[in-house]
Amino acid sequence: MRSFAAWILVLATSTLASAQSSQPPFRWAGDPEGGAPYVEASPTDPNTLVGFDVEIADLMARGLGRAPQFVLVSFYQIDQSVSRGDAEIGLSGIEDTVARRTTMAVTVPYYAFREVLSVRDGDAGKYRTLSDLAGRRVATLAGTIAYDILLRGEREYGLTAVSYEDDLHPYSDLVLGRVDAVLLDNVLADRRKRTISGFTIQPATVAGSHYVGVFAQANATLRDRANDILKQAMRDGTLERIFRKWQVWNDEQPPLYKAVLASETIPAVTGIDTGESAATMSWWRATARYFPALVRASLVTIALSCLSMALAVTLGILIASGRVYGQRGVRMFLTGYVELVRGTPVLLQLFVLYYGIAAAIKLPAFAAAFLGLALNYAAYESEIYRSALEAVSVGQLEAARTLGFSERQVLTLIRGPQAFRFALAPMMNDFIALLKDSSLVSVLTVMELTKQTQIFATNIGSWVIPGTLCAAMYLMMSLPLSVLARRLEERWKAPTA
Amino acid sequence: MESTYGVIDKAVAVHDPVVTIRDVYLQRGPRPILTGATLSVNRGEIIALMGASGSGKTTLLRAIAGLETFDKGAIAVDGVTMGGGPSTAASIRDLRRKVGMVFQFHCLFEHMSAVQNVWLAPVHVHRVAQPVAEHRAIELMRTLGVDHRARALPRELSGGEAQRVAIARALATDPPVLLMDEPTASLDPARRSELSALLRTLVSRQRTLLIATHDEEFAHSAATRVLHVSGGRVSS
Repeated sequence: MRSFAAWILVLATSTLASAQSSQPPFRWAGDPEGGAPYVEASPTDPNTLVGFDVEIADLMARGLGRAPQFVLVSFYQIDQSVSRGDAEIGLSGIEDTVARRTTMAVTVPYYAFREVLSVRDGDAGKYRTLSDLAGRRVATLAGTIAYDILLRGEREYGLTAVSYEDDLHPYSDLVLGRVDAVLLDNVLADRRKRTISGFTIQPATVAGSHYVGVFAQANATLRDRANDILKQAMRDGTLERIFRKWQVWNDEQPPLYKAVLASETIPAVTGIDTGESAATMSWWRATARYFPALVRASLVTIALSCLSMALAVTLGILIASGRVYGQRGVRMFLTGYVELVRGTPVLLQLFVLYYGIAAAIKLPAFAAAFLGLALNYAAYESEIYRSALEAVSVGQLEAARTLGFSERQVLTLIRGPQAFRFALAPMMNDFIALLKDSSLVSVLTVMELTKQTQIFATNIGSWVIPGTLCAAMYLMMSLPLSVLARRLEERWKAPTA
Repeated sequence: MESTYGVIDKAVAVHDPVVTIRDVYLQRGPRPILTGATLSVNRGEIIALMGASGSGKTTLLRAIAGLETFDKGAIAVDGVTMGGGPSTAASIRDLRRKVGMVFQFHCLFEHMSAVQNVWLAPVHVHRVAQPVAEHRAIELMRTLGVDHRARALPRELSGGEAQRVAIARALATDPPVLLMDEPTASLDPARRSELSALLRTLVSRQRTLLIATHDEEFAHSAATRVLHVSGGRVSS
């Protein structure tokens, strides 16, 4: 689901390629995980992409006399990926924001949407607007206009913003009762309403904005040509046909097209004050504004890592002891656990814990994150401890036995402490790795340091300051651990011979 | 009659068998190691078991210490008898209260100081209060001439010091039988002579020593009786 580097996979090439082989392909970036109606793998042919953004990309490519070439990029990295030249344009339900207009060359808006509130059916009369949700948890996608609105809502109404990385789980968690409302655009809300029952979309518009395509600032000339193609498609009804095909055409689009074709100034967002957008602030002010949130997120990272490691170490010791001393059945069970956990991605394990078993056990996000990381790391720790236990020389164990120690005493007084010295370095290494792996739990809506940094970067349209601050904070957490590890190793140095 | 070292003269060892080994067989894989080993050791004796490498002398000591399961026969140590095959945890525990062992490579607990090595078993196995056990440990180490190294870690000790600490550790629980495997293997001639004298000081009418060694000179100088192990059997 998440990827930090803009990893690129060419999925499909256009059928026009042969006819237009003299021209380089028109590379466009999108994220099929967003699904229909934007970009998705065709249900009938997974090798083919379909969606209105796919058709708009085709439209532009045709207008430019080039063949479209899809570049898969995580939704959150599209701007950065386009800026660094992985693709010429990003198209994937990308919002028209002040930040984007400041940092990218955006196309004219091609679709108008409304931010709408969804609540459980039973709460429809109670929660009509954000001001009704004081003390309640309201979900949305991280790094979106809706998320910005919810952050304001935290300050103004006392609600709690909960950030997700996809648009399915906010609604499923709404129905499950993990959150009390969802704020997302009407296209996403309508889409989920078709497959998930039990929630109501409130009619009031919280804010309005549009979808746009994004080019790198240096590519403004190509953007202008794309604008001409979009405007022509607005005039001749091509865009209307595309959106009608995908069942998202509505009365809000003609006024938008009229304004675009009349070259009127169209605000990026309506319904909320965007004068204080981070993108228009100085970097210093933006940093000052986001710094407290980064510190809070760091504390979450520290708490989560320490708690998870403590449980992982405890479980790891028990698993290792069971594998070294247990009966055959116990050993087989524990080996199975270790292999299962090591053989499957931690992300999958986190999903299963939080979403997979939600119908039976509704774990809070932090608890699921803590348990997920702890259970995963316990498997790795147990292997370290098992090999450390087995590294203690037989002579040490026999000497203890001849003195009359029970096997439990041999373990706790002799073998365990000696194994600990062997395990210390890899264990501290794992703790530092866990600090960084804790960033994965943002998929469970836990706002830890990397996620907060990502939001900061998205909002100011640059990774330079957020990335530097984030790296500095991780270093401030991990360097003391490294120093502590070295001191402990020095103090409990294992014999070299 | 005791000598100036408090030793028992060879002539005065009384007929009071404290270790009795009767027709012990032990096989590891296809290889027979003990093939009917039989031996009776009286209280107060110092027995040197000599033999070539692989003759079975170390295995015999390990069997007496309960570290090797033998196939048939019987080993009795100060009233505790072990038969062939696996023994119960209780009988092993009883046996180990009767036997102390000093390993060829000392096997001191690497993560503990010398004195901790010595008082650990009295405290945790015999439930002696730690201050008392520590005091006794220091006294014992003084007797052996290594009390000045009480706080040193094993890796900081010389070979001779480590061996004396290992002896102190084995004696700290006051076992009637002390087993020593190749005690002179890492000692120079001067240290061997010292060890020989030391072992004689340790022996009283209540303690018996069985020593596996290659060192003939040491065996004859230290032991009250020298026996030979060959082909898994014991002969005089």
